[in-house]
Amino acid sequence: MEFTRNNNRQLLSKVATNDRHGENTPYFEGWKAYDSNPFHPTQNPQGVIQMGLAENQLCFDLIEKWLLENPDASICTAEGVDRFRDIAIFQDYHGLKEFREGVAKLMGRVGGNRVKFDPNRIVMSGGATGANETVMFCLADPGDAFLVPSPYYAAFARDLGWRTGLEIVPVDCKSSNNFRITRVALEEAYEEAQRSNINVKGVIIANPSNPLGTVLDKETMRSLVSFINDKSIHLVCDEIYAATVFGSPRFISVAEIIQDMDCNRDLIHIVYSLSKDMGLPGFRVGIVYSFNDCVMNCARKMSSFGLVSSQTQFLLAAMLNDEEFVGNFLRESSKRLAKRHHVFTKGLERIGISTLKSNAGLFFWMDMRPLLKEQTVQAEIELWRVIINKVKLNVSPGSSFQCSEPGWFRVCFANMDDETVQVALERIREFVHQGKEEDGASEKSKHWRKQNLRLSFSSSRLYNESLMSPHMISPHSPIPQSPLVRART
Amino acid sequence: MGLLSRKVTCNSHGQDSSYFLGWQEYEKNPYDEVKNPKGIIQMGLAENQLSFDLLESWLAKNPEAASFKRDGQSIFKELALFQDYHGLPAFKKALVDFMSEIRGNKVTFDTNNIVLTAGATSANETLMFCLAEKGDAFLLPTPYYPGFDRDLKWRTGAEIVPIVCTSSNGFKITESALEEAYQEAQRRNLRVKGVLVTNPSNPLGTTMTRTELDLLVNFISDKEIHLISDEIYAGTVFSSPAFISIMEVLKDRKLESSQVWERVHVVYSLSKDLGLPGFRVGAIYSNDPIVVAAATKMSSFGLVSSQTQFLLSAMLSDKKFTKEYLSKNHKRLQKRQNKLVSGLEKAGISCLESNAGLFCWVDMRHLLSSNTFEAEMELWKRIVYDVKLNISPGSSCHCTEPGWFRVCFANMSEDTLKLAMQRLKSFVSSITINNQSHQELKNTRRKNRNKWVFRLSFQSFHDREQEER
Repeated sequence: MEFTRNNNRQLLSKVATNDRHGENTPYFEGWKAYDSNPFHPTQNPQGVIQMGLAENQLCFDLIEKWLLENPDASICTAEGVDRFRDIAIFQDYHGLKEFREGVAKLMGRVGGNRVKFDPNRIVMSGGATGANETVMFCLADPGDAFLVPSPYYAAFARDLGWRTGLEIVPVDCKSSNNFRITRVALEEAYEEAQRSNINVKGVIIANPSNPLGTVLDKETMRSLVSFINDKSIHLVCDEIYAATVFGSPRFISVAEIIQDMDCNRDLIHIVYSLSKDMGLPGFRVGIVYSFNDCVMNCARKMSSFGLVSSQTQFLLAAMLNDEEFVGNFLRESSKRLAKRHHVFTKGLERIGISTLKSNAGLFFWMDMRPLLKEQTVQAEIELWRVIINKVKLNVSPGSSFQCSEPGWFRVCFANMDDETVQVALERIREFVHQGKEEDGASEKSKHWRKQNLRLSFSSSRLYNESLMSPHMISPHSPIPQSPLVRART
Repeated sequence: MGLLSRKVTCNSHGQDSSYFLGWQEYEKNPYDEVKNPKGIIQMGLAENQLSFDLLESWLAKNPEAASFKRDGQSIFKELALFQDYHGLPAFKKALVDFMSEIRGNKVTFDTNNIVLTAGATSANETLMFCLAEKGDAFLLPTPYYPGFDRDLKWRTGAEIVPIVCTSSNGFKITESALEEAYQEAQRRNLRVKGVLVTNPSNPLGTTMTRTELDLLVNFISDKEIHLISDEIYAGTVFSSPAFISIMEVLKDRKLESSQVWERVHVVYSLSKDLGLPGFRVGAIYSNDPIVVAAATKMSSFGLVSSQTQFLLSAMLSDKKFTKEYLSKNHKRLQKRQNKLVSGLEKAGISCLESNAGLFCWVDMRHLLSSNTFEAEMELWKRIVYDVKLNISPGSSCHCTEPGWFRVCFANMSEDTLKLAMQRLKSFVSSITINNQSHQELKNTRRKNRNKWVFRLSFQSFHDREQEER
């Protein structure tokens, strides 16, 4: 069979046999560790806690209550079955009118009701995964490239480039300015690409950002729009975390930005989904909203490859058109996310670990640079392995998001219950405390002291930087309290 | 340098074809028994609307499946979060069992070899992404489902080369046709990666004979290429001969350990057999673990909604239900097909003898003014606009002989079918009378009509194109 297998391999496409799906990266190691030993409060309290999955599990009770109160939203219940056959037959790629209306209303609401979205421009896709790929198929040809500010969602490599044949050109953002996307960085990346004969067709951003958990400010947004407009390239805004904003500043959709800007609207495209905002990734609801008619029409034809199940469209149409429910849901969700975020970030602060100041997303961007043996990706991966295998937390290393600075980790906080949160914090506390204890032991202490010297040097640099830029890491920087830097010998 | 990709501006999505034009016309003037009795009757939609009552009655007896409950417990949260591309295990098990049942349990399927996709549309495209790329071609017997042009070629860059089948032998696949197609691909500098067949056939409504299947196995063995068997109509076989799946043939010929085993792939769906096209349930079944692995990853771009997987896992696990459903559904399909065939007969129209599918392959060659595709288009326009029946012209299915039409029978009530047959009969009678008196005017009129016909058929109707099989 071996010979046959190899022979048969030649008969498959390049796409089927190459690695551009990205699943052979170390990123997935953490997953394996979790899968083989998953935490359970009673059945496996020593297991690995999953903090690498950006899921929103905080508001299911609200949805379940709504479902109980609205049995006619299901085409399978006695109350809703009279719609069964019409819906079961419905495969029109325009999508159910009520579904599109509900989604358009939600998108408008999430954008602070400053923009009205047109239900007739709503195009379905197989989750945001399908939406991003479809948009790429519409905007670029094999060999073309898109600029992507780093750090960025790990699976963009697959979604944007695997079957499409596109290339990603990262635009490195730095912690020195809170990873903001600068015009300078964009211009540089663009010029560099031109010099290498790479045909850049556009820029894609996630706003709010994954993995940073931050929203883009108006100035940055305007600068982006102006940049792509000047170069006549596309701007794709992945706004799937828009409703996970739980504090100020508010979320500003690109749709709002272009309302008061002179810009070629044919270049602007939005990707949306219900997987994060509503916590329904299993329902595969992806949306392409393009201001370009050709793209909209093409994406609509392509949606045949990933339509949303009509059963699901029907259910969600009812839910999203219940404006009272939606309003209440969004408010409650923000509240709970804020609370959870606060518990974690404050808890970490007390241990001496800082995080990037954020107000959105289902995760925070944790700064573990002080704990690295050296500022390299290898050291980051080493630390990560320790966190997975010893601390037993599956967090995601910054390198998997193509972050140009080692030492950052994305930690998800909305996919577990309150008790698990405490267990996770306790484990981190212990880990950091252990480091402190080893600090006192003989043989190792020299090593640690050396470390601390290096660390205290780098932390003080950070501290200085924090004085210079007001919106730095966290105004409550734990540096003075961190046990890792206390010993100064 | 174009602003958009080539895919946006090319025509490979195939939606400018006449096939979708009839749709347009139907949409503008749809028949309704009460509200619009003179409207166009839709006979171009291969949907199974005959057995919803069976599904609805199952739903009434199984309220848990409807309300995200299992054994009294709510599993809403688990389902809402479930996006594992390996699919819901209970659903996959139920699905493979169902597939087996349809094949008389002569073959069994392994859940490890099945990949769930958003409809057969996605399954076919995904399989093509795995097996072919630009410069490659798949051979397909004509006539074939018009949507294949989009599903197999559009975003993958692969090509289709036809295996020409003709009425001389009931459109069966012959060895010479296979060879000729292969040579044609070579002439076009295309590398042949495989053959794709639809069995039971769309648009023919026939099941493949064992001879044809053996021929295919020998051919792909010899050429060392793939075979995709799109078996989405497998559950619609309503009379003999019995359906023979390609898997059954491989098993009978003891080819499980052969080289060819891993090059045979099956596509399935619940859109036709269960009449649930809206739910987007498709599947790829492959004996090649590399294909399964790659297709599984690709399914991320079009997973089946977990809500739907859950509902259907409960439904298909109910073996009492599936047995009753398949049996009743077959009877109803057979009865309805018979009504269409006899109705056509009364109008002096014959069709290819068929035992499956949701349509018949109708022979209207004798109604053509000439043995040309222009004449076919002429006839088709008259049937759509004058007779007010939307049927699908053979040319849209890449048939090489003018005069054949696909007519669906399972997507309307019995009364509507009756009415459609009456209209057709009247039309045929009128042609027979008129043909004699208008012979002289034909040549001049044809010239003008052709201009009109060509303009219409090449016009693209971008705003209301739709899905169909």
